[in-house]
Amino acid sequence: MHPAPSLIVFTTLSGLGFGLIAWLGFGVHGAAPGWVVLSFCGLAFVLASAGLLASLGHLGHPERAWRALSQWRSSWLSREGVLAVATLGVFAVYSALWGFGGERVVWLGLLASALALATVAATAMIYASIRAVPRWRHWSTPALFLALALAGGALLAGRTSVGAGLLLVALVVQVLHWRRGDVAYAEAASDMGTATGLGARGRVRLLEGPHTGASYLTDEMVHRVGRRRSKALRRIAIVLGFVLPAVVFLTLEAWPAKHTVAGLAVLAHVAGVAASRWLFYAEAEHVVGLYYGRAAG
Amino acid sequence: MTSLPAESAVKLGLVIDLDTCVGCHACVISCKEWNTGTGGAPLSDVDAYGEAEGTFLNRVHSFEVVRDDAPPMVVHLPKSCLHCDDAPCVTVCPTGASFKRGEDGIVLVNEDTCIGCGLCAWACPYGAREMDRTAGVMKKCTLCVDRVTSETLPEADRVPACVRACPAGARHFGDLNDPEDPAARLSAARGGMDLMPEQGTRPVNRYLPPRERDEGTVVNLVALADPAEDAEAGGGLRWLDRALAKLG
Repeated sequence: MHPAPSLIVFTTLSGLGFGLIAWLGFGVHGAAPGWVVLSFCGLAFVLASAGLLASLGHLGHPERAWRALSQWRSSWLSREGVLAVATLGVFAVYSALWGFGGERVVWLGLLASALALATVAATAMIYASIRAVPRWRHWSTPALFLALALAGGALLAGRTSVGAGLLLVALVVQVLHWRRGDVAYAEAASDMGTATGLGARGRVRLLEGPHTGASYLTDEMVHRVGRRRSKALRRIAIVLGFVLPAVVFLTLEAWPAKHTVAGLAVLAHVAGVAASRWLFYAEAEHVVGLYYGRAAG
Repeated sequence: MTSLPAESAVKLGLVIDLDTCVGCHACVISCKEWNTGTGGAPLSDVDAYGEAEGTFLNRVHSFEVVRDDAPPMVVHLPKSCLHCDDAPCVTVCPTGASFKRGEDGIVLVNEDTCIGCGLCAWACPYGAREMDRTAGVMKKCTLCVDRVTSETLPEADRVPACVRACPAGARHFGDLNDPEDPAARLSAARGGMDLMPEQGTRPVNRYLPPRERDEGTVVNLVALADPAEDAEAGGGLRWLDRALAKLG
């Protein structure tokens, strides 16, 4: 699949933002109401909203985006939109009462946390529900999105040791997602035989494509360019996204200028997650590729 | 509503004969010609005189089946929307722009409410949907709904443009839920099949498999072309072959 920058920015930033909201719903250690609370909440807002705004860049008609809130009965994309709006609404009230009013309304916080996690889960389910992309259609997709959101959110919320632990959990899920994903296309029931209905007669191969130039289908779904450096990108994702921030946060007390170091570690984490997201799209193979001669392997 | 409607009594669709399709792409062109001029935004082309690419609702892929006991078989496979009963492209749509008609099962896109997110194209295993690069909305086969439901076109034209244009008679249109419909009867007689049944989409369109041919009549063409075999046959060629061999 085409790794669209708008979608990578969207899922990376909003995952982090909603993950932070999920932790802020439980309060912040030792933070008195006032500017500290407000800056934590503001950061969550900026990240989640920036992600959502970036996702509009993926649309052919962003001015109609509001229509996407209507089909929550059947569509995970619509559910994600509804949940995102609900989360930001509840969190706005919670943040205002806490930051300005000085009172943290516990049940409102817990509601914001639950909604934030549901939003991340809905984002992941958009992908996990697509049968035509075998790599995505697996429980490890929502597990990965949730683990990354919770880990990144914990780092930002200042829950350093929990965050480091969650990073290691997320790393296990990430590796599992990659390993299972690498065989998903080959193990899927669809092949060129079922795609053409000719499989029982012999080995099917593409003799002549349907068009000589590119098309929306080949650009969007038979995209392969981004996969060329997948090994290097996986290493970058593991080191920057998981190992380095986990080590830094576990040893944070020993560092001089620990706020700066923590900030840099968070930036490394974001870069690593972005690399992982690039691969999430670029490595995913769509079964329509079978009509273009893209057999497994 | 992007929830699927209750299964319709009428299921309009195509029966495509892989045995008779000659791969001429006339259906592709007639489809583009009709659908670029009626309803919705035109089917745009980008850089038409350069790296040309454009929006098409119907494409013809050509495959070769390599067989152990017979010569390879070439099969042309025209591919357009299969108007599935369990259409995943419909249920994923966040706006309700993508829908399946309750009365005849045709899957359509309302271009006025489509946000161009592309999720329906991801959900379709067949690649039946293409985003129009210029209009920013999703395009797909309408089964020429404006032709098949027309009351003003001549009777013979009230079939999809691809069916009307096919010079080989490889495309048939009808109510595939009516056992007496000629297209449905043809499909039943020839073992009409689903593409990628394992995807669980339950397509309405049917593909007629190529008839058996050439089985058990493998001819070794390489042996026929081998001059050494001819030389063994004797006569003038054998003399010539020996003479040439002496010259090195």
